[in-house]
Amino acid sequence: MTDPQPASAYDLSHAGEVENLATFALLVDNESGVLHRVVGLFAARGYNIESLTVAETDRNAHTSRITIVTRGAPHVLEQIEAQLKKVVSVRRVHDVTRDPRGIERELALVKVRGAGTDRVEALRVADIFRAKVVDTTSESFVFEITGAPAKIDSFVDLMRPLGLVELTRTGVLSIERGPEGM
Amino acid sequence: MTASTTKTAPSQSAAREMTGAEIVVQALVDQGVDTIFGYPGGAVLPIYDALFQDSERNGDRLRHILVRHEQGATHAAEGYARSTGKPGVVLVTSGPGATNAITGIVDALMDSIPMVVFTGQVPTHLIGTDAFQEADTVGITRACTKHNYLVKDAADLPRVIHEAFHIATSGRPGPVLIDIPKDIQFARSVYQGPDEVTFSHGYAPKTKGNPDRIAEAVALIAKARKPVFYTGGGVINAGPGASESLRAFAAMTGAPVTSTLMGLGAFPAADPAWLGMLGMHGTFEANNAMHDCDVMICVGARFDDRVTGRLDAFSPGSKKIHIDIDASSINKNVRVDVGIIGDAGSVLDDLIAAWKAGGHTANRNALDDWWRQIDAWRARQCLSYRASETVIKPQQAIERLYALTKDRDTYITTEVGQHQMWAAQHYRFQEPNRWMTSGGLGTMGYGMPAAIGAQLAHPGSLVIDIAGEASIQMCIQELSTAIQYELPIKIFILNNEWMGMVRQWQQLLHGERYSHSYSESLPDFVKLAEAYGAVGIRCSDPAELDAKILEMIDSPRPVVFDCRVEKNENCLPMIPSGKAHNEMILPDGGEDMGSVIDDAGRRLV
Repeated sequence: MTDPQPASAYDLSHAGEVENLATFALLVDNESGVLHRVVGLFAARGYNIESLTVAETDRNAHTSRITIVTRGAPHVLEQIEAQLKKVVSVRRVHDVTRDPRGIERELALVKVRGAGTDRVEALRVADIFRAKVVDTTSESFVFEITGAPAKIDSFVDLMRPLGLVELTRTGVLSIERGPEGM
Repeated sequence: MTASTTKTAPSQSAAREMTGAEIVVQALVDQGVDTIFGYPGGAVLPIYDALFQDSERNGDRLRHILVRHEQGATHAAEGYARSTGKPGVVLVTSGPGATNAITGIVDALMDSIPMVVFTGQVPTHLIGTDAFQEADTVGITRACTKHNYLVKDAADLPRVIHEAFHIATSGRPGPVLIDIPKDIQFARSVYQGPDEVTFSHGYAPKTKGNPDRIAEAVALIAKARKPVFYTGGGVINAGPGASESLRAFAAMTGAPVTSTLMGLGAFPAADPAWLGMLGMHGTFEANNAMHDCDVMICVGARFDDRVTGRLDAFSPGSKKIHIDIDASSINKNVRVDVGIIGDAGSVLDDLIAAWKAGGHTANRNALDDWWRQIDAWRARQCLSYRASETVIKPQQAIERLYALTKDRDTYITTEVGQHQMWAAQHYRFQEPNRWMTSGGLGTMGYGMPAAIGAQLAHPGSLVIDIAGEASIQMCIQELSTAIQYELPIKIFILNNEWMGMVRQWQQLLHGERYSHSYSESLPDFVKLAEAYGAVGIRCSDPAELDAKILEMIDSPRPVVFDCRVEKNENCLPMIPSGKAHNEMILPDGGEDMGSVIDDAGRRLV
């Protein structure tokens, strides 16, 4: 019997569905364990975390902002948003990716080691990307670059053949254009 | 008298300053709690002291029920909660007290039972030192609760407790845990009542359905030719009014009604529109109606895998309406056409109002065809079984139990396994809050403590735990609790000497290799009952069954009834793993039981 459909009652993988990146901005109560609640939810339900940033943003209101980049099919992303909204300590959930006014930025520190023309090329590329040199030795640079994640990816790809040694990234931060707050 | 009035009267707040332990007691009283299920230990002694002093001053306004194991406390609280609609309250100590309570806490989370659990904790200065009976209770229970708290300042305690009750009982109900270090129980602070505290979170569940979605739903239902109501525990949780509204709306639309395990009783089994339970061990007519319907109205159920069977073949031709208070339940397993976020009762009332306002009536011509089809499915008699003169069939035991108790004020609890499914199939519930079972988590050991909780809430009623001989041993120690508080619960054990559902699955899926599913050594349940101080009854003769059941229900004492039943009976009908609603195994099917499940199905649970 030919049966192209998955036979499993648990087959929620929806193979073949396109997975997208999505960025969720969360306003949460800044209390002990709140990050665990959010991260634990992702782990327990098998969602991916591509990047995560968190810091207190309003000391008086005791709120922190968590920005999570995740990956999933559209119905999974919808489910992630609904699950996040259920967490009592989560006050707001905003899908930055689906908001045309969303701005996403990330900071990366990139260490490149090389000599001769590679070294010159690295500096030239850094200039094009408006990366700052924050440390120099006779054989290396540390660049600081900010931008949308895709810009950082391109920068890193260009640096790789020029002697990329090490990379650290903050993960994505987000905010909306316009006068209104979250 | 005169002298004291001339002095400055103590300020309101000074009068209300008390220890953390006293705050707990006062907050419980202000929340309308009358029963606590608990077990003392080092880290909760101050709260137990406050309870002692409160009962000396104020009598029995807060009844504490001493269980024999913390798991028993949580299940008893669930039974109390589910039979009353009020939150169940648990008080246990740190470390093992908290970890033993976890099974019942997860059970309450899965089945949306309102519960507030107080756990003692080592003093704040010892937290993190691996102190005696220290466990990271809030860490361990973060994924087991709707919300939890570690209280590090007695001043937060009133707010936290009132918040906890609000969160546990509103929206989709669930367990909330409050971990209180011992020094916080001794520390003094100002008490604030439920109306005086300011909640510190943004929690605000939506209960009112979107009117546009409700209009869409009514339009779909009005055009339906083959509608079906698929209802669940959400209708029970929405209160008795929601069950009334469900009955009214079902009557207006002329649609048949089926329900999940958790929703039994919301719609009366005696109503001609009742199809019986749906799902893996649901009826042939309910599952076929789900498969063939053109409009499905899901109210307070969550498309669980035990209900849907094979997802890609689940009700392929229907438009689906899903009413749920939990937005994350909508479109989680099954995509629906109209999702309505709201309280089941409130949305049903709005649907009724919109139905009336639109001047809709049931489409009789189309419905007559639909009902003819349903009657044809019913004619298969999917719950039939072959009775015997020599051995009691388990289905027969439940049927007789129902026949002999239906005119009484009865509450039924169960353990988990075949007996649970037979109870769901053959005991006919007419009212909500009468049926307590562990649905989502499937916890063996749930039934007897739940019966204790239900009996405490309904002292004059008949409370029966329909049990299996394996499940009952998982919380058998609570028989001692029933004796202590003179609770005349009835434990009706369908004893087939096997973990019957495990045996059935091994027969179906594992080539009849019965690995560790037979109990080589069982206690003599009659002697066991007597050892605890209860009444023991044994029955193995079908001819004696009625008389012995009557002896059980007429006894004013707790009874353990060892009902010896057919050992190899399978629980049917059944949707085998990996199959669709219209591919059921029926009792008269004559299939080779070992070959109906394919390799893909074998890998499922």
